[in-house]
Amino acid sequence: MTSPLEQKKIKIAGPSIVTANRTWDGIVVYRTATKSWSADLSEAAIVRNSDEAKALLAESVADDVGAIGPYIAPVQVGADGKIEPGNLREQIRRTGVTIGQSAQA
Amino acid sequence: MYAYDEIDRTLVNERVSEFRDQVKRRLSGELTEDEFKILRLQNGVYLQLHAYMFRVAIPYGTLATNQLRALAHVARKYDRGYGHFTTRQNIQFNWIKLAELPDALEDLAKVGIHAMQTSGNNMRNVTSDQWAGVAPGEIEDPRIWSELIRQHTTLHPEFSFLPRKFKIAITASDHDRAAIKIHDIGLRLIKNEKGETGFEVLVGGGLGRTPFIAKTIKHFVHGRDILSYIEAILRVYNQYGRRDNIYKARIKILVHELGIEKFSREVEEEWQHIRNSSLQIDDEVIEDIRSRFTYPAYEKLPHMPDELRQAAADPEFEAWRKNSVAPHKVQGYSIVTISLKPIGAPPGDATAEQMDALADLADKYSFGEIRVGHEQNLALPHVAKRDLPALWKALDKLGLATPNVNLITDIIACPGLDYCSLANARSIPIAQELTRRFANHELANLIGRLHINISGCINACGHHHVGHIGILGVEKNGEEVYQITIGGRADENAALGTLIGPGVKFDEVADVIEDVVEAYLALRKRPEELFMDTVKRLGVEPFKERVYATR
Repeated sequence: MTSPLEQKKIKIAGPSIVTANRTWDGIVVYRTATKSWSADLSEAAIVRNSDEAKALLAESVADDVGAIGPYIAPVQVGADGKIEPGNLREQIRRTGVTIGQSAQA
Repeated sequence: MYAYDEIDRTLVNERVSEFRDQVKRRLSGELTEDEFKILRLQNGVYLQLHAYMFRVAIPYGTLATNQLRALAHVARKYDRGYGHFTTRQNIQFNWIKLAELPDALEDLAKVGIHAMQTSGNNMRNVTSDQWAGVAPGEIEDPRIWSELIRQHTTLHPEFSFLPRKFKIAITASDHDRAAIKIHDIGLRLIKNEKGETGFEVLVGGGLGRTPFIAKTIKHFVHGRDILSYIEAILRVYNQYGRRDNIYKARIKILVHELGIEKFSREVEEEWQHIRNSSLQIDDEVIEDIRSRFTYPAYEKLPHMPDELRQAAADPEFEAWRKNSVAPHKVQGYSIVTISLKPIGAPPGDATAEQMDALADLADKYSFGEIRVGHEQNLALPHVAKRDLPALWKALDKLGLATPNVNLITDIIACPGLDYCSLANARSIPIAQELTRRFANHELANLIGRLHINISGCINACGHHHVGHIGILGVEKNGEEVYQITIGGRADENAALGTLIGPGVKFDEVADVIEDVVEAYLALRKRPEELFMDTVKRLGVEPFKERVYATR
């Protein structure tokens, strides 16, 4: 859960994706294998080593108009191929705040 | 209330036009994010976990009802129907779209609200006592001086590219409600032996990863010299402050490394060059600002009206009155604190409906004025005592009459990992659980004054260092872990809390706080001995023993 803003270098300990926020409205998006962005985690491109991660991140950074603040985040991929966030931070980004009350949409 | 002049209105409107153009160029790709980032930050726009976050300034915590309604309008039209009041007299909207931000800014500009000085490495929104102008015993209204500094520093080129952000707070009462000792510059308004207005100037306070309590740099600076003195401090900071390391860039680090004596000498030397310059303030300038603050035409009212006497028979009203109503400088009036800490809710949040309704109540009962305090509560500063029962009933219907001001459930908390891109751990769910544990009002009253502050990372936006009980969320091996401190305080006797032991897991935090409170109740000499007094008398050891003996 260390903030990606504090990540100094790319470390891949397992399947990972690139996530960012869409520029015009800020919503959470994921880089897809078709070089675009999707709000659906299941459409995210999976990378499994540092070279793949660096390449996907570089491509994402280059799409500066589409989304901002891209970074690599861990995911878990089930036997059925289902992608789930790899930590609490990404879980919250995917499913929303955990606080109920007025803060829920 | 303060009435902006044409210069202010022009400035605010021009800023909206500029930002509209900047957003348009960003969305078209003409500006990269790297180029745009500093521009959006200068307009209070951050990127958080789920969306952009828009921080709006409420200078010295004073709002008119049309301004509160405009904030409600922004919450409703551009966000998700609520806003979050922060620990520095700002309000944040968490779900705003970049493409719609210029429209939101324009709507706010119509009522004189803006987002300047709410982010970036510049002079931030000047904060003050939320009871300014109405607190009994106050030397004079500190907002006049807050406004002077606001005018001088807004978009001032020398203060726009500082090594780091810079925060000033001002108080004019013996009891410090503005937390001046945890600011880069803290100003305590005082009178000298001739009866002239001036300031005790403190410097180098701040929290974050390296917390310091501010030190007095000068015991009296005459009011006419305050701008030049502040500027001298800023010049020394600008000259020597580190720009190579973000974690060492705040003025508190410079003051600590130079030592207060050397830092004082540097400031004094700089000041001599500029104190007799155009920065010296004419009385007319102060009087002009003073004249732009309007005060209510108070009626002559009895100290104890019949309405209040009759309502005293209602125990629920009395519980609220004793907790949330404070003396006013004018007989027959009161200051009413509005708790934004209902049991189980996120601290500091208000819905658009609550904001609108509160604006109506302020028009009806508080001469159209609302205040915002750093404790993430609101206040109505001019309520006639005869109106207190009717106001209480109206607030209760809105969910705004929780009688917990200054009690254990009046928790200060940052947005934490639920919203913030810097956070390592959640803050709000911890606060929610604690309010449920201590929801019983009799228990909370039995415990007495006790402030809990929660931060979701070392940046300390929840001011955990100065909580009577401080809770800091960190990340350890991918899990949320919380460090507990006790003995901090943010008032005139400001102090940093002491860590009581190893961090505990998310699910254990509320149990640990219950243990700390139970230890206090068992250890205190008498019911009047507050938590802070018991900690001061006994130190942290008995609390540590209680918490960790069985863990």
